[in-house]
Amino acid sequence: MRVTLKVWRQKSKDDTGRFETYTPQNISSSMSFLEMLDVVNEELITQGKDPIAFDHDCREGICGACSLVINGTAHGPQRGTTVCQLHMRSFRDGEEIYIEPWRAKGFPVIRDLVTDRSAFDRIMQAGGFVSVNAGGAQDANCLPVPKQCADKAMDAAACIGCGACVAACKNASAMLFVSAKVSQLSLLPQGQPERARRVLNMLRQMENESFGGCTNTLECEAVCPKEISVEHIARLNREFASAALVSEEG
Amino acid sequence: MNGLGRIFTMTVGLKFLMAVSGFILVGFLVGHLSGNMLLYAGPDAINQYAEVLKKFPVVLWTTRIFLIIAVFVHIYSGVKLSVLNKRARPHAYAVTKRVKATLPSQTMLLSGAVVLSFTLYHLAHFTFRWTHKEEFAGLGDFDVHAMMVLSFQSSVVSSFYVLSIVLLMMHLNHGLVSFFQTLGVNHSKYNGVVKSLSILLSIILALGFISLPISIYFGFVS
Repeated sequence: MRVTLKVWRQKSKDDTGRFETYTPQNISSSMSFLEMLDVVNEELITQGKDPIAFDHDCREGICGACSLVINGTAHGPQRGTTVCQLHMRSFRDGEEIYIEPWRAKGFPVIRDLVTDRSAFDRIMQAGGFVSVNAGGAQDANCLPVPKQCADKAMDAAACIGCGACVAACKNASAMLFVSAKVSQLSLLPQGQPERARRVLNMLRQMENESFGGCTNTLECEAVCPKEISVEHIARLNREFASAALVSEEG
Repeated sequence: MNGLGRIFTMTVGLKFLMAVSGFILVGFLVGHLSGNMLLYAGPDAINQYAEVLKKFPVVLWTTRIFLIIAVFVHIYSGVKLSVLNKRARPHAYAVTKRVKATLPSQTMLLSGAVVLSFTLYHLAHFTFRWTHKEEFAGLGDFDVHAMMVLSFQSSVVSSFYVLSIVLLMMHLNHGLVSFFQTLGVNHSKYNGVVKSLSILLSIILALGFISLPISIYFGFVS
């Protein structure tokens, strides 16, 4: 198949960047999107040009490294998957495909399509952990957790921190990410001791990292490769209200 | 920082302020529409309603001050959040494709600005009588019926009111659903009902308000 690629090229953080057009040969509809980019890069290297820099690691949809906005949609047109799980058969023969990096002040572009997502690490460092020494392995059912809570916590824990929620949100808000991390721990017994501090510190760090606020457009939920629900944002809002207004700990 | 400080400075807190102040203003709209519906009960009914409102200045001014505060809180939180949100994406995408976002959810600042402009005009029109001084010159203090009939016979005024109310409906359409989500009211047990009732209320309010200039313009009320 033939496609025309309009790829964002940016030499460094300080470069203004621009789109460059590529018309790769030998593209198969069975290739994954990243394999297609590999082919483009091989052609560029053969021509003595700089290959396109893009993030990738596991290529199995679980690590959260790949991060491309394809034709205006984070992770491309296929729902519930990361870019590495997207295949060229999702595109029409002859289609023009725009490839851009995540665009957010909190995710500055390092080179081409690679962004610095260490802001998420700093948000996690602000409270996305349990510092209580849990001791050795507990006996089964020693800490009873309702099945429904365990399921919700597991859903939230599916977040791979790719940042698609930020990329898709018109406000570049990281609320879905923060809400998944806060939900996961607030639903489980181990997360209770630092519950109020966690939500306040993580939200404050989110703001310090220059991410915007949530306006409930639901774009984050729509593009999340792990289909994290905005129900967790509602829980985050409840956790914030409780922590800010009534918690002894907050 | 204490709890109230966080409400006024953190984005989630500002959203709470916006949601609560918006809900107060929706409550006002319900009351305002209920009163305006007296237009269909004849001139005496709506004029007496206007007179009764003015008979209790303490209640009237307490309500007005409460509403003015709600308006300012709504605007303050809206503008502050919008500025922060704009700063969060300094470089726009070349291509943007929305998957779930609705038009109302994408244009809240714009629809809000139009509704604010409309509200100021509406006050200048009927409350302060600045815009139609000559037409309203011979009318009594409480002749609301005549003011409405005289004003809405104009296609320009009626069209402006209808257009503004359509934008108000768009604003409420997202605003009401957003109110519940912001306050953390989200559960699969009742999400469908909350969303349907929110959209229904915005449509009822819009149809009610739009019916007033339309029925006068087309001569159903004279």
